Amino acid sequence: MTLDHATAATTGGPADDSFELGELPAPPRGVKSTELLRHPESVLRLSEEEAQAPADPDDPSDDETTIMNMGPQHPSTHGVLRLILELEGETVVRTKSVIGYLHTGMEKTGEELSYLQGPTNVTRMDYASPFSNELVFSMATEALLGIEVPERAVWIRMLMAELNRMSSHLLFLATNGMDLGAVSMMLYGWREREHVLRFFERVTGLRMNHNYIRPGGVAADLPPGWRDEVLALLETLPPRLDEYDVLMTGQPIWRQRTQGVGVIGAAEAMTLGATGPVLRSTGIPWDLRKTMPYLRYDELDFDVVVGTYGDTFDRYAIRLNEIRESIGMVHQIMDRIPAGDYRIQDKKVTPPPRGRIDESMEALIHHFKIFTEGFKVPEGEVYVAIESPRGELGCYIVSDGSPRPFRMHIRAPSFVNLGCLPHMMRGGLIADGVAIISSVDPIMGEVDR
Amino acid sequence: MPLDKGLEGLQHNFATGSLEELVKWSRQHSMWPATFGLACCAIEMMATGAADYDLSRFGMEVFRASPRQADLMIVAGRVSQKMAPVLRQIYDQMMEPKWVISMGVCASTGGMFNNYAIVQGVDEVVPVDVYAPGCPPGPETLMHAIITLHDKVRTGELTQRRADVGGGANLILETPDHLAPAPVELGSKD
Amino acid sequence: MTAIEGDATEPTTGGPASDAETLLGFPVTRSCSQRVLHVPAEEWVATMWRLRDDEHFEMLTDLCGVDYLTHPGRSTLPPDVDPQRFEVVVELLSLSKTERLRVRTQLPAAAPTLPSLYEVWAAADALEREAADLYGITFEGHPDPNRILMPEDWEGHPLRKDYAVGRIPVQFKAPQAGRPRGR
Repeated sequence: MTLDHATAATTGGPADDSFELGELPAPPRGVKSTELLRHPESVLRLSEEEAQAPADPDDPSDDETTIMNMGPQHPSTHGVLRLILELEGETVVRTKSVIGYLHTGMEKTGEELSYLQGPTNVTRMDYASPFSNELVFSMATEALLGIEVPERAVWIRMLMAELNRMSSHLLFLATNGMDLGAVSMMLYGWREREHVLRFFERVTGLRMNHNYIRPGGVAADLPPGWRDEVLALLETLPPRLDEYDVLMTGQPIWRQRTQGVGVIGAAEAMTLGATGPVLRSTGIPWDLRKTMPYLRYDELDFDVVVGTYGDTFDRYAIRLNEIRESIGMVHQIMDRIPAGDYRIQDKKVTPPPRGRIDESMEALIHHFKIFTEGFKVPEGEVYVAIESPRGELGCYIVSDGSPRPFRMHIRAPSFVNLGCLPHMMRGGLIADGVAIISSVDPIMGEVDR
Repeated sequence: MPLDKGLEGLQHNFATGSLEELVKWSRQHSMWPATFGLACCAIEMMATGAADYDLSRFGMEVFRASPRQADLMIVAGRVSQKMAPVLRQIYDQMMEPKWVISMGVCASTGGMFNNYAIVQGVDEVVPVDVYAPGCPPGPETLMHAIITLHDKVRTGELTQRRADVGGGANLILETPDHLAPAPVELGSKD
Repeated sequence: MTAIEGDATEPTTGGPASDAETLLGFPVTRSCSQRVLHVPAEEWVATMWRLRDDEHFEMLTDLCGVDYLTHPGRSTLPPDVDPQRFEVVVELLSLSKTERLRVRTQLPAAAPTLPSLYEVWAAADALEREAADLYGITFEGHPDPNRILMPEDWEGHPLRKDYAVGRIPVQFKAPQAGRPRGR
């Protein structure tokens, strides 16, 4: 890995043919998962009562380590994650992550809402990249309906998804910087993010939790003048990213705090189900946009950014460079986005334009049916996965033919990636723990749902 | 007892009246929030503290991690059943005078999540002074809520929480036995 | 490979492919052009080992439960599989073959139990705990069978169909003069 610039080794190209996954650390036959992990005992298994119980003064082994609680309210800006750490001095030996402090019953709520209301619910799961949630839910619904979204809608979705990736990674840079002490990075990251959010507000009406990508297409077309705004945004970003390279990547303090910290191996990451930058930091170039393309990602030219050592620095560098890749992708999308419909013209799925309601009785009835009862989706089941900024975001929907999902389950990347935490934190200090949590970039909304 | 009513129970003369104004002014202008960002609203709260919308002009950019050093708790996000006792504990650890802004619809009323998992309004757990609607409320809305709170503090409407107007949430929290603090016995090992 | 790039023009099919497709001796159905393997609970772990080692599904992507209490007669099952109330659905991913496979098993309503997949894929740790918490499915051999999302002393399994959503009725009242006292 070249250390003078944040580009880690990259692989990839435009079409699937030239892209090679390379050698995968497949688990040998019959080998248990616990043998693939370097320290399977680093996961602390403790119930609430045991954690609260005071140490037994007569038991020497109980005296050696301290059980300490971190969270759920703590200044690291990753939401309500609670960690119970077993410490030897200041070194972390074992970790237990306690989640559920943001459990919202979204999967149960999803069974009560129609498919048109579904995106409003799922968009609040991963609230740093709301378009990803809406996209995966809409794609799953469309697969069950068996409909095809118009070309322009597909490209608009890609545009919003890539801009969202940029804003989510900027949020990561900001919070990661602040957790490690570079407080000015917090302000810089938010400054850039505001540009993107302003564009989102122009297009969707909201800065966050947009409910814009819906089954059938998108809610509204891009406003006139959008190209200038996006171009202005894309022009301000690259020099700022170079500033962050200077501020963080090349800086010895940053290097010392992140290199070699929170290391995870490739085989470990695979058996733990890690995806996204966590998996790519170990050297496996698995990115669903490249390996199992959806929308029109197979027509775009971009690289998959990959790390080598599986440490915090790699994950930071991967996300920084993914912003650069996304900038390139947005340029390509802007060049190639076709004219056309922004949503499918199927009357059963798409509500009619508001003006038509006054003219046509049929339009009024369709509007009424779609917004009250909802459109019926044929019976079936489907699992769709996309590459969200955190990893593989999947949506499993079981439909029973009614207008509401019978079962809606979201495979949240952060939920599974958090399983890597104990293995990454073992042997490090508590301060390293903060860096590691930040580098995994969990969003508790999708962890707890 | 006059002191029970706080500053308002005192018969002010010119000097102490000005002093009270000074106290209220200083409370308004250096109200430090506690970090209580839970969900999506936390992102907007951070955006409000960032450069574009700047809370620092109100003296509020220092979000204190320790509730003992904070005056204001902005409950930003949905409060789940598991989080409610934690919320109450953090609130109890703050010292008077303290204020609460309920940011967002989930904190105010449960929002769109009217189900088993979410507390339907944090005013079931802590007393709230200002409610900020929105899902999530943009930075301008949050700043409006903060300025509203500042105005109330400055005019003396909210000086101190008093028992005679139901100034607490009137809650009794029952701690299960295994979570109750255990007595510590210091001494030598025999 | 999923067919979700917008090419799916046919509606979903619930039954098996033209001549009963099988994998490792178990029936396979297709749903939205995705392969779904149906494995009985007794063969669960053994099949997973074969899928991991012989079929090269290196990664467990997802594991979730489903409660079919209100929809027992689902058509997404092959004819020889006996539908039960609970199902555990597992998503497997093969990075080397760039393929996905969904595996489903049926569990009885009375005591839904399944052996844990923790030793096959460590990702099953958190995923199985969630299914156990929300559905009450017991995973034998799981290293830490405590609740993960709900508080530890919570009673009931929220995602079951007979567990109410817990909606409180919203009542609109006329605005009251003065602040309400307490609550």
